[in-house]
Amino acid sequence: MTWWSTGNREPSVKLLQQAYDWLDERLDFKDLIAPLVKKTVPMHGRSYWYFLGGITLFLFGLQVCTGILLLLYYRPSAGEAFESVQYIMTRVQFGWLIRSIHSWAANLMIFTAFAHMFSVLFLKAYRKPRELTWVTGMLLLFLAMGFGFSGYLLPWNTLAFFATKVGTDIAGQVPVIGKWIMIFLRGGEEVTGATLTRFFGFHVALLPGITTVLIGAHIFLVQRFGMSVPPEVEERWKEAPAEASEMKFFPSFFLREMMAWYFALAVLGVLAALLPWELGTKADPFAAAPLGIKPEWYFLFMFQTLKLIPAKVWFVDGELLGILTFGAAGGLWVLLPFFDGVARGRGRRMILGVGIFALAFILAMTVYGYVAK
Amino acid sequence: MAMWRNNSIWRYLLPGLLLCLAAVPAPAQTTNTCVECHASLDPPLQVTAEQFATDIHAQKGLTCASCHGGDPTLADMDAMSKKAGFRGKIEKKQIPELCGKCHADGAYMRKYNPSLRTDQLAQYKTSVHGKLLAQGDQKVAVCTDCHGLHGLRPASDTRSQVHPLNVAKTCSKCHADAAYMKDHHIPTDQFAKYTTSVHYKAMTEGGDLSAPTCTTCHGNHGAAPPGVDSVQNVCSNCHVFQSQLYEKSTHKAAFQRSALPGCMVCHGKHDISHPSDANLGTGPKAVCMQCHKPGDVCDQARVKILGSLTQLEEDIHNADKVLAVAEASGMEVSEAKLEQDQARDALTKARVSIHRFQLDPVNQDVQAGMKIAAKNLQAGKEALRERDYRRMGLAAALLSIFLVLAGLRLYIGKIEQQKAR
Repeated sequence: MTWWSTGNREPSVKLLQQAYDWLDERLDFKDLIAPLVKKTVPMHGRSYWYFLGGITLFLFGLQVCTGILLLLYYRPSAGEAFESVQYIMTRVQFGWLIRSIHSWAANLMIFTAFAHMFSVLFLKAYRKPRELTWVTGMLLLFLAMGFGFSGYLLPWNTLAFFATKVGTDIAGQVPVIGKWIMIFLRGGEEVTGATLTRFFGFHVALLPGITTVLIGAHIFLVQRFGMSVPPEVEERWKEAPAEASEMKFFPSFFLREMMAWYFALAVLGVLAALLPWELGTKADPFAAAPLGIKPEWYFLFMFQTLKLIPAKVWFVDGELLGILTFGAAGGLWVLLPFFDGVARGRGRRMILGVGIFALAFILAMTVYGYVAK
Repeated sequence: MAMWRNNSIWRYLLPGLLLCLAAVPAPAQTTNTCVECHASLDPPLQVTAEQFATDIHAQKGLTCASCHGGDPTLADMDAMSKKAGFRGKIEKKQIPELCGKCHADGAYMRKYNPSLRTDQLAQYKTSVHGKLLAQGDQKVAVCTDCHGLHGLRPASDTRSQVHPLNVAKTCSKCHADAAYMKDHHIPTDQFAKYTTSVHYKAMTEGGDLSAPTCTTCHGNHGAAPPGVDSVQNVCSNCHVFQSQLYEKSTHKAAFQRSALPGCMVCHGKHDISHPSDANLGTGPKAVCMQCHKPGDVCDQARVKILGSLTQLEEDIHNADKVLAVAEASGMEVSEAKLEQDQARDALTKARVSIHRFQLDPVNQDVQAGMKIAAKNLQAGKEALRERDYRRMGLAAALLSIFLVLAGLRLYIGKIEQQKAR
């Protein structure tokens, strides 16, 4: 019996039933969804953190849908980009809603991705055998930030133009290959229309392609290993197996996840309707950079740190030192599960301490970045 | 790495280079015994080394002897001997001719500053100052009174007495001194009035160095008050359109018949304030009613012109207000806001058209501005309607989402209860 079966069948319902039966005969749905039906989710006091990954996925889906709709009108050239977004915002039916949702969902997605990463870190869900789940997740977080950086320039407004100039300048500071990276990103020595076309390519083709593959791998690994149980809960359940509790993924957890998605949709609706994403003024490459220019909030902690580092630290250029430190920290962060695997007792507590420090540092620097002039 | 290698090279090269430089003999200093002695004297004979060093003439290679004669290379009083050609203090009446010796010599000046004019002396002779000096008046200004004496800087230097920012103050040294000007029987309140004017504010607060100062209207080297007939020509140097319209107006002939000084009749002289629509009114700032009688044909036209301008200003203000609310609500109204500038331009144009002293040209500009303001007001209202529509849509969407959430919760509860049984 299918979930739409009714006693008194209409002709259209009959047709659907026939189509279902035809497909079922070939694909054997029962066998196909067997893992989902069997799948369970551990139930404990911190189970609500499990929803964050799903919400991030939902927001990514929204990004894809709204992004495709924006593509119908957006024109990726320095002469037309700003005007096309303005046209979307003012003339296209519900264009304002699509663009606002795209911008707000992008920010929310990066926020939930960060929250997801820290929840996995503090619940120690990256432990063996989930090292690769963590690695793919971290790469997805970097990709999300790449989406944010490339998408920010696309409306070709003043703030985006100068933020890209500053951002690519920083990339240019990387030793040996920095200059090459900067020219590759900009499509030349300066931020021009060539940069816009390039960023558009990254944003709608290159990054989505890589992201889709990585999301597939990430979800596969999550399904393969199931949800991780925090070590202390695992200990408790070992001592008292009767306390161990779980819920069926389908439909119990799935329906709860849907509730979380609907909630995220409501938040997005409120943000898009009450605080539509502003457009600013068209970029003028010959104008002076606006005072106190700052990047998007998710880059602010790095930007503020680079600002605070002295011009010279001993004999090393301060900015270069900051970039190298962030690069090294990012790399080590990706490899975190492998350190945890070899660390024991005190070492593991240290990893937890580093995690708490990183979260406090990011929060403090972001707030400082907003307050500082 | 490359930087380090370079640094290492410099570490060895630099001391050697410095040694070489020390071995090169310094160029011989020009002896100037004038400054050596005069630096220690009391004013007015004092000329410090700093004054001499900052003087544009000294910078160009001239010395004290270029004006005063003598031989600065000789020591003690020999430097100021008649044998050395010493002229001593230059008499005031001789100053213009002395300066003119170089400054009126085109071939000579070209060596230093080819773009500098060389007609200052000729102009000075046509000025009130020059004429009075020729008559033996020792109180009038000569070159050094305005440009300074020692430590003289070019006019482009903000510290120069004749830099646009300082001209009015320089003139006021004499012209605002009632005791000094007593014998010349002219007012001495020009500077006080000028400091209240829109021109002074544009210069000092707005930083607009092209804004008029004394010399802009009176001339500099050929300074003289513009005659009644030439006032309009003077103002039209900047206010071109107003002058063209005034030229065609009935007021031009009427003012000329009564020997009234054109623009000044309505706008005043040194204390010209920013014109406002109140000038067309009947209040304390009214200018029309100084000559016209209430109820006459011109007064009726004045009322209509004022009404039109006020209406356009109100329309622009109303549209601005609605657009500001729409923008604060996150609505995209940048296009309408940009077009508001066109409405403001039309209002400015209408205010300029007043100088034609006819209703039609003003009305034409006012109508054009009102059309734009009305369109923008409509755009603002539509944006606000759209905002309300969005909020209604949001309320409906939130209600639906809430119902779905409630339904899902109930459904989850139901299926889990069934399973528990």
